[in-house]
Amino acid sequence: MLVFEQSRTGRVNAAQSAKKDNMVNVIPDNLKRKTRPLLPEISEMQAVRHYTRLSQKNFSIDTHFYPLGSCTMKYNPRACNQLSMLPGLLNRHPATPDSSSQGFLACMYDLQEILKDVTGMYEVSLAPMAGAQGEFAGVAMIRAYHDAQNGGKGDPARTEILVPDAAHGTNPATATMCNFKVKEIPTNSDGDVDIDALKAAVGPQTAGIMLTNPSTLGVFERKIKEIAGIVHDAGGLLYYDGANLNAILGKVKPGDMGFDVIHMNLHKTFSTPHGGGGPGAGPVGVSKRLEPYLPVPMVVENGGEYHVVTEKSRPQSIGRLSAFMGNTGILLRAYIYARMLGSEGMQRVAEYATLNANYMLAVLQKSGFEIAYPNRRATHEFIVTLKKQAKDLGVNTMDFAKRLLDYGFHAPTTYFPLLVPECLLIEPTETETKQELDDFMQAMVAIQKEAESEPEIVKSAPHTLPVRRLDDVKAAKELDLTYKGE
Amino acid sequence: MPFIPHTEEEVKSMLEVIGVESIEDLFDEIPENLRSEGLTKVPEGLTEMEIGRIMRARADQDTYRLCFAGGGAYEHHVPAAVWEITTRGEFYSAYTPYQAEASQGTLQLLYEYQTMMASLTAMDVSNASLYDGASALAEAVLMAVRANRKSKSKRVLMPRTVNPAYRKVAYNIVHNQGIVLEELDYDVTSGTIDINSLPDEPGDFTALVIPQPNYFGSLEEVDALTDWAHQHKALVIAVVNPMSLAMLKPPGEWGNDSDITGADITCGEGQPLGIPLSSGGPYFGFMCCRQVYVRQMPGRIIGRTVDLDGKPGFSLTLQAREQHIRRSKATSNICTNQGLLVTAATIYMAIVGPYGLENTAAQSHNNTQLLMSELDKLNGVQRIFNSANFHEAVFKFDLPLSDVIRSLAAQGIVAGVRLEDDYPELGNCLMVCATETKSEDDIKGFAKTLATTLTRLQAAACPVQPKMA
Ligand SMILES: Cc1ncc(COP(=O)(O)O)c(C=O)c1O
Repeated sequence: MLVFEQSRTGRVNAAQSAKKDNMVNVIPDNLKRKTRPLLPEISEMQAVRHYTRLSQKNFSIDTHFYPLGSCTMKYNPRACNQLSMLPGLLNRHPATPDSSSQGFLACMYDLQEILKDVTGMYEVSLAPMAGAQGEFAGVAMIRAYHDAQNGGKGDPARTEILVPDAAHGTNPATATMCNFKVKEIPTNSDGDVDIDALKAAVGPQTAGIMLTNPSTLGVFERKIKEIAGIVHDAGGLLYYDGANLNAILGKVKPGDMGFDVIHMNLHKTFSTPHGGGGPGAGPVGVSKRLEPYLPVPMVVENGGEYHVVTEKSRPQSIGRLSAFMGNTGILLRAYIYARMLGSEGMQRVAEYATLNANYMLAVLQKSGFEIAYPNRRATHEFIVTLKKQAKDLGVNTMDFAKRLLDYGFHAPTTYFPLLVPECLLIEPTETETKQELDDFMQAMVAIQKEAESEPEIVKSAPHTLPVRRLDDVKAAKELDLTYKGE
Repeated sequence: MPFIPHTEEEVKSMLEVIGVESIEDLFDEIPENLRSEGLTKVPEGLTEMEIGRIMRARADQDTYRLCFAGGGAYEHHVPAAVWEITTRGEFYSAYTPYQAEASQGTLQLLYEYQTMMASLTAMDVSNASLYDGASALAEAVLMAVRANRKSKSKRVLMPRTVNPAYRKVAYNIVHNQGIVLEELDYDVTSGTIDINSLPDEPGDFTALVIPQPNYFGSLEEVDALTDWAHQHKALVIAVVNPMSLAMLKPPGEWGNDSDITGADITCGEGQPLGIPLSSGGPYFGFMCCRQVYVRQMPGRIIGRTVDLDGKPGFSLTLQAREQHIRRSKATSNICTNQGLLVTAATIYMAIVGPYGLENTAAQSHNNTQLLMSELDKLNGVQRIFNSANFHEAVFKFDLPLSDVIRSLAAQGIVAGVRLEDDYPELGNCLMVCATETKSEDDIKGFAKTLATTLTRLQAAACPVQPKMA
């Protein structure tokens, strides 16, 4: 039942909002609201019960194994939430003078320093509010850099951004937002960028390339240095999509691979909550030559005091990307997590994330599942392709994914990356136990058996969830986006 | 090991299955020359208790007693139940509801949110959130350029009464695509858009941005502005404070023109709806629009449909607009949004309901009127705009404002937002806000503290004149 259907006119929660007293109302009549909005009129208990019940219809990390590839669904430590919501931090207004904000600013500054170390970049800005906004900042900086060449006359011929065909959708979408043309680079059969195709694609029109390493195929791009050389020689810059940083945290620094600019997804690698879709945080790191263009605000330290710096003292900055300082509450959570892990703990993240993924790959392979890149070492994630099942049994990846829900597991990422047919991108993360992985893989084997003996069960899954498969065509054709009463 | 559950025994057996000797062997594809020497600036790991001690010390360092600052972030009471429910693991630790059957909780909540926002703004449809108010405005400008088929100008009228940070963000994002934001000045007596300054040429602008209340807290003549825009084939982008809409005419009803009324796109900052100040984020941007433009909207949209048995359910819809399907042709690059904050806002609106929201808005309006009358009594402080306002007002100080702000901060009071950095002509001007969280004593006490502070600063500024040599 919708919350609106529980509403009864005149029911008021008098204790939860303000009392009105001595009303003065200077709003001219023609600017006043005449009818009340249709918000629910329910008791606090009804609201609590309704939303508690709704929450129980969700799969989440706290309730289910959630091996959603490319999303790093690791455990979100409760301490990070509790400590980031201490009253002094939670109630701080963004206009509070720096002099009264030294505790908060110290956290931001420390986090910048930690991320510089982790990425091996020259400087970091915490401003972007998610990965895609970090990408925007990065590509905008690449544009700003080229615009400043030739003594400020710019390099207007550089109109293209190269993107491997395995890239996440945000990469090409970001390039477009920055007014670049997108040129796709093919991947070879081992999952590496096709070097010959890259050589043929670069030129004076190349502004840069956007790469994820490990790539979205779950393998490490071994020729990264060569790629960096090819792109740099052509005058382009290298952008690192840090979505997969969990695989190499503390082991390899993107700065050492030759990248000029990177974003991190703190909601992945640094374990901040995914919140049913967000928020995230997408700090960017840059090499020295891009430093002047970093988005603001940033925090600097001066004789033991912390200050916020803006466009004013950083005139070449691509500017601000949010009204205030970005998703600071998320940055605090990442900071707390980073401090609990410490330098050793960070390296362990990469190690155990990689161990879990390779273990699953080995077991699933032995159980007869086809691995997309069987000759490669898995990084923190890997791909199973169900194209044989789809062809021979008529049971496709979507069916497997839905049936996994019945077995109590969130499905891996499906049908991404686009170039592997019928794929499941599986990312267990380091926080899962061997037992959980084993249970998941037993479910995969059981579903395979079902697919062979009674495929209808799989094809019509799920059977045990609050709803069965939904009619997406109807959803898009007969748009029902708001409740209008029955 | 922090947050890693493996026992030695398990690691051994897992390595055996993989067929390697050590975990290190799993990194054998990474070229040796790329292996890092280790982390030098990351300190040793801490226990929960140790980091707790650090964070508590830092948080305690920053506490203040009273805050009269607004400027796009407003202190409102948040009912206790809101974040109790929002931080339930099932909401907190889920992700984008790609697997609809396993995400009906989040999906239904988002559908309810879309309904609430559409009703509050009197618009047809809402998306499921953007990053914040500023980036929502940037997206609204991009959307207007896509949606307005009658104008090819790529020029958008951006009044200076729009939050200056929003204007900057909008510029930083849209100028890459050759979109021009033309500034529109304000009337210095009213602090609102001067309707007579609007250009006359038809078809020249893709959109007009109308803030309500505007950045100064003043109320714009939204009906006349909306009519002007539509008569000139420009779309109307409304930037509104959702809390104020409990009292103010919603954007969907703006305008007196019988042919076409209402804003075309409405966006803004959702923070007043149950989101803590938290140094400016995470908040959430909202966006609503006319039904005809829904396919141009950025961000997630949830639709109600039915399952195989005909039972109602919810799923992500119109995904063909989005980056994971359309890639370089998507309406936006946004992927991760601000879901958790929308969860809080939905629960907030459900608990306070239409009356609670109205009372909160009204009491904020009321308190600000009281604050204004108290400050009006002070010497050396003058209100500069004469228009009606919602819950913010601007005052000009005779004494250097930075001294006033610093002195009040030292007494535990965040005095307000200074305008000089963004409006050079408004030197020494402070914008103040008193929401429902301020009592009469708070407000009168603030005025009194301000009075004594001004007297003290005055005395310090002009000590007994030294004799000229
Ligand atoms: C490889 C990759 N790149 C970029 C992104 C975009 O990040 P965000 O969703 O934080 O905007 C994601 C995740 O969604 C991703 O998996």
